[in-house]
Amino acid sequence: MTLLEGKRLLITGVLTDKSIAFAVARTALEEGAHVVLTGAGRGLSLTQKVAQRLPEAPDVLEMDVNASDHIAAVAQDLRARWGEVDGVLHAIGFAPAECLGGDFLAADWESVAVALQTSAYSLAAIARGLGPVLADGASIVSLDFDARVAWPSYDWMGVAKAALESITRYCARELGPRGIRVNALAAGPLRTMAAKSIPGFERFEDAWSERAPLGWDITDPAPVAKMACVLLSDWSQAVTGELLHVDGGYHAMGA
Amino acid sequence: MERSEILETVRKLAVETLEVDGDAVVETAVFADDLDADSLDLVELVMALEEAFDISVPEEELEDIETVGQVIDLVQAKLG
Ligand SMILES: NC(=O)c1ccc[n+]([C@@H]2O[C@H](COP(=O)([O-])OP(=O)(O)OC[C@H]3O[C@@H](n4cnc5c(N)ncnc54)[C@H](O)[C@@H]3O)[C@@H](O)[C@H]2O)c1
Repeated sequence: MTLLEGKRLLITGVLTDKSIAFAVARTALEEGAHVVLTGAGRGLSLTQKVAQRLPEAPDVLEMDVNASDHIAAVAQDLRARWGEVDGVLHAIGFAPAECLGGDFLAADWESVAVALQTSAYSLAAIARGLGPVLADGASIVSLDFDARVAWPSYDWMGVAKAALESITRYCARELGPRGIRVNALAAGPLRTMAAKSIPGFERFEDAWSERAPLGWDITDPAPVAKMACVLLSDWSQAVTGELLHVDGGYHAMGA
Repeated sequence: MERSEILETVRKLAVETLEVDGDAVVETAVFADDLDADSLDLVELVMALEEAFDISVPEEELEDIETVGQVIDLVQAKLG
C-alpha cells in the first residue's frame, strides 16, 4: 500500500517543471494518487504542456483563483469526475512588482490588494468554493514562506503570507467539524518562476546555506513535496491549523 | 543542423507562442524589447523547442539568454 493510494487530489500552481506543485504532483502520483491540475491565465498553456511530463499526464482545468466562477466550474467538474475530493494543494502566489524589492512603503493599496487576494484570500476562496465537494477527512495544504519575521525585499508578499498563515488557522477551525484538515507548509527558498520575480532572491539562498543545520538545496523541491504528501495523507490525521517548516531547520536557529 | 534551419523552427514556434510577426524573428532580435516577450514567454518558447528538437534545456541555461541568436546557439550546442 502506498501513502496516497486512491486519493483524489486537486493540485494548483503547476507552472513549470520547477514549480513546487510539479514536484508534489509527481510524488503524489508515485504514491498512488489520482491527480487533476489547475492552471490560470497566461500560464494555462504552460501548465498543459508541462502536465505531459508527469506520469499519466493529468488533466488540467482552468482556475484563476480570483474568479469565483472558475472555482465553481472546477468544483462541478470534480463532482462529476470523482464525486468527492480528498485533498487540495494551494500553491498560488503572486504580487505585482511594486510589492516586492525593498521599497516597502511605496506600494499603493491597489497593488497590495492584488497580492493579498491572489496569495492569501485565495485559500479561503478555495475552501469555500470546493468545500462542498471535499470528502470528510480531506486535507488542504498551502505553501507558505515563514511570515513570523520581516525579510529583505519579500515585502508585501511576506504580509500576504502572514495572512495566509492566519487563514489556514481559520479554515482549520471552520472545516474541523467535518474532519477536514488545513495546514501550511513553510518551505525554504527554491528556484522557481515565482522566486525569479523577487529581486535579491540570492540573499535568501546565502542565508540558508549558512544557517540551516541540515543544509538546503535551492534546486530540489523533493523534501517539500514529500512533506506535502504526508500532510495530504491519513498519516497526519490529527494535524490541523499547523505551520510546518520544511526548511532544513533554518527557522529554529538564532544565527 | 544548419543555423538557418534552426532559425526557421524557432521562427515558427515564436510566431505560435509569442504571437509575433515572423519577420521580426531574426538572429539579432532581443526577446524583451523586439518581441515583447517576458520570462514566462521565454520558458514557453523553450519548452516548445525542447519538444521540436528532442533536447532538454535546464532553466539555469535560460538565465543569460537575451536574443534569438543566443537561442539558436543553445539549440545548436545541444544537438552537438
Ligand atoms: N519558491 C520559493 O522559494 C517558495 C518558498 C516558500 C513558499 N513558496 C510558495 O509556493 C507556492 C508556489 O510557488 P513556486 O515557488 O512553486 O512558483 P511558481 O511560479 O512555479 O508557482 C506560482 C503559481 O501561482 C499561480 N498563480 C498566480 N496567480 C494565480 C491566479 N490568479 N490564479 C491561479 N493561480 C495563480 C501560477 O500559475 C503558478 O503556478 C507559492 O505560494 C509560493 O509563494 C515558494
